[in-house]
Amino acid sequence: MTSKRILLICRKAPYGNALARETAEIALAAGAFDQELAIAFIGDGVWQLLDQQDSADIQQKNHQKLLSAFELYGISESYAESAALAERNIDHSRLSLAAKPVNQQQLADLFEQADILLTV
Amino acid sequence: MRFSLMILGAPYSSQSVATALRFTQAAIDAGHSFHRVFFYHDGVNSGNALITPPQDENNIPQQWQSLADKHGIDLVVCIASALKRGVLDKKEAERYEQTNHNLNNGFTISGLGQLVDASIESDRLITFGP
Repeated sequence: MTSKRILLICRKAPYGNALARETAEIALAAGAFDQELAIAFIGDGVWQLLDQQDSADIQQKNHQKLLSAFELYGISESYAESAALAERNIDHSRLSLAAKPVNQQQLADLFEQADILLTV
Repeated sequence: MRFSLMILGAPYSSQSVATALRFTQAAIDAGHSFHRVFFYHDGVNSGNALITPPQDENNIPQQWQSLADKHGIDLVVCIASALKRGVLDKKEAERYEQTNHNLNNGFTISGLGQLVDASIESDRLITFGP
């Protein structure tokens, strides 16, 4: 199997819809198939990164727990859109995943460098 | 160019499914080819053989089948998304001791590996929906 650089773009908030969870499952699958994978959290997707998530009251699985499996699957490259964090007043110190903050130009460069963009 | 698609929208709920069909036809008309359409999230409902649209609406499953048939496109329904939404083939129905199965002809049930494979084998992977 040839290897390509895949950039997975996560745009969805962690709860209210199954998409964030199902996107994370794509990441884990790509990790299991030994693909070079980077993940960019943009727009509402940055909510996924918040630390101390507690989803018990809404009877949903904890999304932060799922993201914490990334490292186990060899996924270490992740980015968070700086503007999206700022718009939502999320300080970088509140993130659970070591996602690197990137500005719009850096995001554009990441899109450019990837062979495949996988957007959810 | 060789395309694959990921469909997230449910048929008859999300416009994205009809748009994906029109995109596929337009790209084929322009000389491009398709490797796979991967149905994920609510998109797996396109594989439900019991879909019975009114006569004055498009038959979405049939449109996928006919495109796939004519142009050799692989139609794959994600197993994890499909099982919990009640789309099962015969094998899965037997495995989970269900009395019925409802995966349409021309669709296959498989894992997320098929999406990863599609991204490797294609020049572009385009998401439609939800």
